[in-house]
Amino acid sequence: MSRDHILHRVRTALGRNAGQGVADPPPARIRVPQVAMEARVASLIERVRALAGEALESADPRAFVANAIEGKTAVASNSAYLAERGISSLAGVRSGITDREELRAVCATADIGITSADYALADTGTLVMLSTPQEARMISLLPPAHIAIVPRERILTGLDELFSLIPNPANLSSSMVLITGPSRTADIEQILVRGVHGPGQITVVVA
Amino acid sequence: MTGEFDRKVHDTLVDAKLQLAVYTATARLKEKRIETVSSEALPDYQELRTQANAIKKHAIDNLDHYLEEFERNVVARGGKVVYCKDGSEVSDFVLGLARERAAHLIVKSKSMTTEEVDLNERLEHHGLESVETDLGEYILQLAHERPYHIVAPALHMTRYQVADLFERCLDVPQETVIEKQTALARTVLRQKFLAADIGISGANFLVADSGAVVIIENEGNARLTTTAPKIHIAVAGIEKVIPRAQDLATFLKLLARSATGQLLSVYTSFLAGPRRAGEIDGPDEFYVVLLDNGRTRLLPDKAKRQSLYCIRCGACLNTCPVYRKIGGHSFPWVYSGPIGAILTPQFMGVQHSPALPFASSLCGACGEVCPVKIDIPKILLELRSEVKKAETREKQNRLERLGFQGFAWLMTHPRIFEMVGRIGRSIGWPKSRRGPLGAWLSERELPPLPARSFREMWRRR
Repeated sequence: MSRDHILHRVRTALGRNAGQGVADPPPARIRVPQVAMEARVASLIERVRALAGEALESADPRAFVANAIEGKTAVASNSAYLAERGISSLAGVRSGITDREELRAVCATADIGITSADYALADTGTLVMLSTPQEARMISLLPPAHIAIVPRERILTGLDELFSLIPNPANLSSSMVLITGPSRTADIEQILVRGVHGPGQITVVVA
Repeated sequence: MTGEFDRKVHDTLVDAKLQLAVYTATARLKEKRIETVSSEALPDYQELRTQANAIKKHAIDNLDHYLEEFERNVVARGGKVVYCKDGSEVSDFVLGLARERAAHLIVKSKSMTTEEVDLNERLEHHGLESVETDLGEYILQLAHERPYHIVAPALHMTRYQVADLFERCLDVPQETVIEKQTALARTVLRQKFLAADIGISGANFLVADSGAVVIIENEGNARLTTTAPKIHIAVAGIEKVIPRAQDLATFLKLLARSATGQLLSVYTSFLAGPRRAGEIDGPDEFYVVLLDNGRTRLLPDKAKRQSLYCIRCGACLNTCPVYRKIGGHSFPWVYSGPIGAILTPQFMGVQHSPALPFASSLCGACGEVCPVKIDIPKILLELRSEVKKAETREKQNRLERLGFQGFAWLMTHPRIFEMVGRIGRSIGWPKSRRGPLGAWLSERELPPLPARSFREMWRRR
C-alpha cells in the first residue's frame, strides 16, 4: 500500500511531521454584489441567449411547456415545484420515476428532459442543480433538449453568492452540477458544434 | 533525446498545413482569453490571480495535511481513496476492481493524469475495453496518438483526417461535415455509456473540506462517465487538492476564461461520494485514485515547487511563440508548451529532456498569462542551469566559454568592433551550413546586412 509511503515522501520533502497542524489558509475571496432582481433576470436571459440557449420570463410556465413538448416525448423530474406549477401532470410528460434503470431507459429515448433548478447564476447564465430524490442527474443529461423552470427568487448574482449560501455542497448532496449553456465541442478544427454528448438545446424559463 | 527533439521540431516546421492549423487554433484561443480577462470584462482579474496563487501555495506547502483531510471526508461520504505511486499501481487497482465486479467495459473522460501513465493501453493489455469519450480524445485513441494540446487534444487534425479515421475504424462512409462527424461519435459513444461497467474520470480539483472531486468540461461526456456506470473512479494527481469548496469561487472564474475564453465551461460537476439514500441515480461506488508519479520529486525545492500549482488551462501554450511554431508533438511527454518544458524535466529528471528548458525565447508571455501566477520563465532558467551543471560534455563548455570571453573582449573595444563589423559586412553571412553555426542557421533566416552601421550613419547625419 503506497499511502504511507507517499505521505511520508510528501512530509519529508516539505519538512513537516505527521499530524502537524497548519496555519489558516488565506481567507476565501467571496464578494457578493448588490444587484436588483430585475437586473438579475435580464442578465440571466441575456447570458443564456449569448450561449445559443433559449431564455424567457413566463407567468404561465405550464402553457409554455405544453406548447414546447407538443408532438414530442418528455420526462420530468420529481420536483415538487414542477408538480405545483402543473407541469409534471401535463399530458405526454413522464414523471414520478424513482427507479434508476427505469429512469435511464426513459431518458435514453425521451426528446425533452424537464427539471427545475436549485439556483441560477445571473452573471454567467448558469443553472445550479443538486442531485436529490426530487431531481435526478440524468434528466438534464440524456435527452437532446433540456427545459428548466426556475422561480425568479432563486436567481443569484453569481458564483460568489452561491458559495456564500452553500459553503459546502457536499453536505447537501453527492452531486452539484453547474450547467452553462448547451453541450458543445470545438475539437475538430475549432468549429463549434452543439449537443455532442449532453443536450444541444437548453431552455431556461424564469417563472 | 536532443536529436529526436530536433527532428520532430523540423518535421513540424516544414509542414505548412500543420503550421497553419496550430497557428490559427492557438490564435483563436488566445484572443478569446484576452476578451474575457480584460479589465472591462473582469475588473478583479489580477486580484483573483493573486488569490489563486496564495491558495495553491498554501495547499502545496501543507500538502500532507490537505490530502489527509480530503481522504477523511471522502470516506465519511462513503467513498474510498487509493494512493498510487505510479501507473502500474493505478492499473493494478482498476484491474483488481474490474475482476471483482466482473466488469469489462470502461468509459473514460478526458484526463491528462491518466495520459501520463498510458492507462488505456495498460487496461487494454489485460483484456478490458477502455473508451475515451471526449470527442478529441476519442479521435486520438482511434489514431493512436498523444494529445497535441492540454485542452484541445486534436487541434492538429483536419476534418479530412477525421473522415478517413472514422471510415477505417468505424466502418462508415466518408463524412467530412464536422456536425455529422460529431453526431456519429455521439451515437457510437452513447451506446458505450449505457453499457459501461466503470467510468474513469480525471479531476480538476480535489476539495479537502468536502471530500469532493470537481470536473470541468463542455461536452457532457464527463457527466455521463460519472453518472451512467455503477462505479466511478476519479484519477487525480496529489497536487490537485484545494482547502475549501469556497475557493472554487476564485478558481472557476479563472480556469474557463484562461482555457477557452468562456465565463464558465458548460458543465462543472462537484461530486462527493456515491449516490446517497433516496437519490435516484449516480454511481453506487466512488473511488479517488491519488497519483504521485514523480510529483513528490518537485516538492523539496521551494522555488520550483510552484510548478505544481498548474490548473492545466493551456493558456501558456496558446501564447507561447515557440509552442505555436513547434507544436505539441515535438515535446517528448504528454505535457507540451511552457508548462511541459518545466514539468517534464522535473518529473523525469533533467537528463531525460535536456533540450526542453532551452525551447523558449524567455519572452515571459507564459508567466504573464498564467492564472495561478507560476513564474515559468524563472523555473526555465533554473532548469537550464541544472542541465548545464549536469552536462558532461566538458569540451563544448570550454569552447562556449572561450567564445563568450572573446565576445566580451570585442564588446569592450569599440574600434575593433567597428572594424570587424566593416569586414563582416563586406564578406556577408557565411554560406556554409556546416558545424555548430550551420545547425543553428538551419532553422533560421538571417536579415539582410545593411550597407552602413548605425555608428557610420550617425556620423554622416
